[in-house]
Amino acid sequence: MNRNLLAFAMLFLITIIFISRLFFLQVVNDSFKFESEKNARQRLVQYPERGYIYDRNNVLLVTNQPAYDLMVVPRNIETIDTLEFCKLINITKDSFLKRMKKAKTYSWRKPTIFVGELSKENFAFFQEKMFKFPGFYIQKKSLRKYPINSSSNVLGYVSEVSTWTLRNDSTGHYKLGDQIGTGGIEKSYEKELRGKAGVKYFVVDVHNRIQGSYSKNKFDTIPVNGKDITSTVDINLQQLGERLMSNKRGGIIAIEPKTGEILASITAPSYNPNLLVGRKRSINYSKLLDSVGKPLFDRGLLAEYPPGSPFKLINGLIALQEGVISTRTSWTCHHGFHHGSLHVKCHCGIHDSPQALHSSILRSCNNYFCQTYKLSIENYETAEIGMNVWSNHVKSFGFGKFLNNDLPTGRKGLVPSVAMYDRVYGKGRWKATFNISNAIGQGELLVTPIQLANMSAIIANKGWYYTPHIVKKIDGIDIDNPKFTEKKYTTIDELHFDPIINGMTAVFESERGTARASRIPEIILAGKTGTAQNAHGQDHSIFVAFGPVDDPKIAIAVFVENGYWGSRWAAPIATLMIEKYLNGEISRKKLEERIENGSLLDEYYKQEHPEKDED
Amino acid sequence: MSNIDWVLVILFVGFVLSGWVNIYSAVLDQEHINILDTSQKYGKQLGLILSSGVLVFIILMLDGKFFEKYSGLIYMVSMVSLIGLFIFGKEVAGATSWYGIGSFSLQPSEFAKFATALALANFLSSPNISLKKVKTQIKAFAIILLPAIIIIPQPDPGSALVYAAYLFVLYREGLNGHYIFIGFLTAFLFILSIIIDYTYIIGIATILTITVSVIRKRKKKSISIILSYFLLSTLFLTSFDYVYDNILEDRHRNRLEIMLGIKHDPSGVGYNQHQSMVAIGSGGWTGKGFLEGTQTKGDFVPEQSTDFIFCTVGEEWGFAGSALFIILFSGFIARILFKAEQQKLAFSRIYGYSVAMIFFFHFAINIAMVTGIAPVIGIPLPFYSYGGSSLWGFTILLFIFIKLDSENHSVL
Ligand SMILES: [Zn+2]
Repeated sequence: MNRNLLAFAMLFLITIIFISRLFFLQVVNDSFKFESEKNARQRLVQYPERGYIYDRNNVLLVTNQPAYDLMVVPRNIETIDTLEFCKLINITKDSFLKRMKKAKTYSWRKPTIFVGELSKENFAFFQEKMFKFPGFYIQKKSLRKYPINSSSNVLGYVSEVSTWTLRNDSTGHYKLGDQIGTGGIEKSYEKELRGKAGVKYFVVDVHNRIQGSYSKNKFDTIPVNGKDITSTVDINLQQLGERLMSNKRGGIIAIEPKTGEILASITAPSYNPNLLVGRKRSINYSKLLDSVGKPLFDRGLLAEYPPGSPFKLINGLIALQEGVISTRTSWTCHHGFHHGSLHVKCHCGIHDSPQALHSSILRSCNNYFCQTYKLSIENYETAEIGMNVWSNHVKSFGFGKFLNNDLPTGRKGLVPSVAMYDRVYGKGRWKATFNISNAIGQGELLVTPIQLANMSAIIANKGWYYTPHIVKKIDGIDIDNPKFTEKKYTTIDELHFDPIINGMTAVFESERGTARASRIPEIILAGKTGTAQNAHGQDHSIFVAFGPVDDPKIAIAVFVENGYWGSRWAAPIATLMIEKYLNGEISRKKLEERIENGSLLDEYYKQEHPEKDED
Repeated sequence: MSNIDWVLVILFVGFVLSGWVNIYSAVLDQEHINILDTSQKYGKQLGLILSSGVLVFIILMLDGKFFEKYSGLIYMVSMVSLIGLFIFGKEVAGATSWYGIGSFSLQPSEFAKFATALALANFLSSPNISLKKVKTQIKAFAIILLPAIIIIPQPDPGSALVYAAYLFVLYREGLNGHYIFIGFLTAFLFILSIIIDYTYIIGIATILTITVSVIRKRKKKSISIILSYFLLSTLFLTSFDYVYDNILEDRHRNRLEIMLGIKHDPSGVGYNQHQSMVAIGSGGWTGKGFLEGTQTKGDFVPEQSTDFIFCTVGEEWGFAGSALFIILFSGFIARILFKAEQQKLAFSRIYGYSVAMIFFFHFAINIAMVTGIAPVIGIPLPFYSYGGSSLWGFTILLFIFIKLDSENHSVL
């Protein structure tokens, strides 16, 4: 080989390599061009419209309102008239400097929110003069709006995505400053509601004024709006419940038994959902958090109370199922249940003759249900086996476990177990009478209002239920999640429900029924009053009901904290709700007025200031 | 004068002037818009260009024999000035490669290139020299390696790497081709050893050696050659491992690793290179036009006026402009090579060949670096990059050859 050829060959080769490389970089590959034009291009995020939320009758509950963030890109700023600027958007010079420093610390090149959510006037003023302030621009976004001041606990709210969520978001959907559903339906249906943001690029001049679309919109992405949600709640019913609960604390859950749809979910006190929108959100949030009535605590889903007398229905069903009683089995009540040194008082008022299941329900006799509970547990060789059987029956009603539905919060409640009593008394060293309070829904038992409402629905259905859920349709299409469309059966046979329902009907219809005063004209209901003992103050008022008895359309549970006894607050509230739902209007105006104006604030004050009580 | 190769002179003037314009665009400051403003790099570069003209004039006035005669002295002065850096050197950007004279900095390694070329040409053109002899080879290598060895610890491995260019000169003058092959092998193995563990490579080499030996078992000579390659490779690999871990600094290692795709880090060490590719890539077919480069303006590419000046060409003049530059510069080198081959005197031929190879190395390494083919090795693009020492060094390097060439016809 001629020795001088090597150098020429290398030269030739490198020329070819370089020209091909340049051809690739400059002509073939687009991405570098796109990247290099960052400065001459403005990227505007096109926020999708978050899905609307409707009630079951298509009343609009949640919609959107536009908001305008004033953005800044520090490196694009030129000398500006700070004074004029501050005046336009109503901030002090001090605040201006602070915000600017913050923006510069965050990024020199990336846009930062300089002033979030300008008022409409500020926005209008600023937009007119924007050309004077290079480096600043306005980004439109969308905020929630609640046309009806109601149901904040059901709807939830949206807030800025937290850094924790950002760090753990493997999908990369969220970035700093994005909105995310944080409670209620907004949270549990976040994926459906949020949609997908788009991006639009504009060519801007050195003053950051938009000159037109960039690259014929080749790089733009179109935002995809969120899906609309139809909730199962009836906003009329919901609002009535909220009104009836004014100046009271507690929770109401109403369910359509045939579907498991939650018709109303009320917690009291509640708050205006519009408080948690936009700039004022965090201030209002901490105010609500500090509020003594705990409005952010959804009592319907989270409050765990002893169920009280309505739980006697479960004990009656278990005893029937276990065959330890028949509908004719009777006991005479000697002002209570007495066993050795154990005494459970009773005020049923029928102490002269033996009474059976029916009148025991309508008079809520403690002795009767203590006797049946004792038989149910003692029906087996040992109390442990009896207790296991009993607690399995109870759990089949959805007690003692999470409902596992489409609400972001919930509590298990508590169903006592063998293990629990073994821990307290030692293995094999206890018997039915040790925990006789289970018979009357007191003691260790804890349930949430939604569990109790579900129980009411189960009795209405005579033994089965659909998991109570809050969403009916997504984008107009019925949900098909098997969690909510598959029947769940209890361990109690259908035939045992009839005597129980008869007893519950008598609670209204019998001369001596505990809720006779709350009857609705011309509609026959089934119900059960309850009073749950409260160590800290006045007892809680409880009521469960469903109706009409021959074709149940609504099942309900009402808890009123410190409401004395069941028939005083909870029963009227429950029947007013049922009447409203079934008839569309309330005939008992006086009752409605009395309940709505009734206040238990004194009771709460007493409970919160016990030392005053002692003076 | 009439025998001057005007093709080279015109290309030189073209490169220098367009380099100046590109520096103007790269560092243009809106407040100093005048290209003659001496407070700015572009104003200074004009001064440097004019002073280079003076150098050109002096060189052309001198007798061609002067360079041959004083090549030893020039070489010695140059080596002393390199060594002097260890005592009097000024540190700029972590490297002690500069002498500071007032506000002026001088980088002696830029001048050592032509000094080495002169010394090498002088040595190889002396009578009774044959590169077949080991003694000659050792002497020739000593001339080349001495400056490189002084430059490496400054540290300036980029400049030192350029001295590999002389290996091709030696090959042209009769050095056994195995040296070139070993050179390529060394580079190849070095890169390979960064990617995979060197023990694996030795294993593969062993298998290859045995296989080849078995196939070609009749030729004893070739077996011994293969075996010696094998031993050399093994030796290299073990020493590379040492060099890589102990001699190279983190920044060099990072650059190499990013280059080889072991590390991906667009905002860290690879930032310059990534931005450089963005700038060039955004040029498209015809570029954004003079002074219109957005990357260039935004100070995205540090060292844009020096080692990364080609970005500006790519961004503002596009594929058309940068491809034209590549072709012209290759043509320029080819012209020097062609002219060197025509020299009747061995001294002129060897010197000319050295000039071509030095330009080739700078060109190849610099463009490969800015286009992301090679790691970031800081060496300037001749005539384009901002800087007095390099402009003067390259001007002298080129014009000594032009002078020698102009006297070629009178040689009998
Ligand atoms: Zn009784």
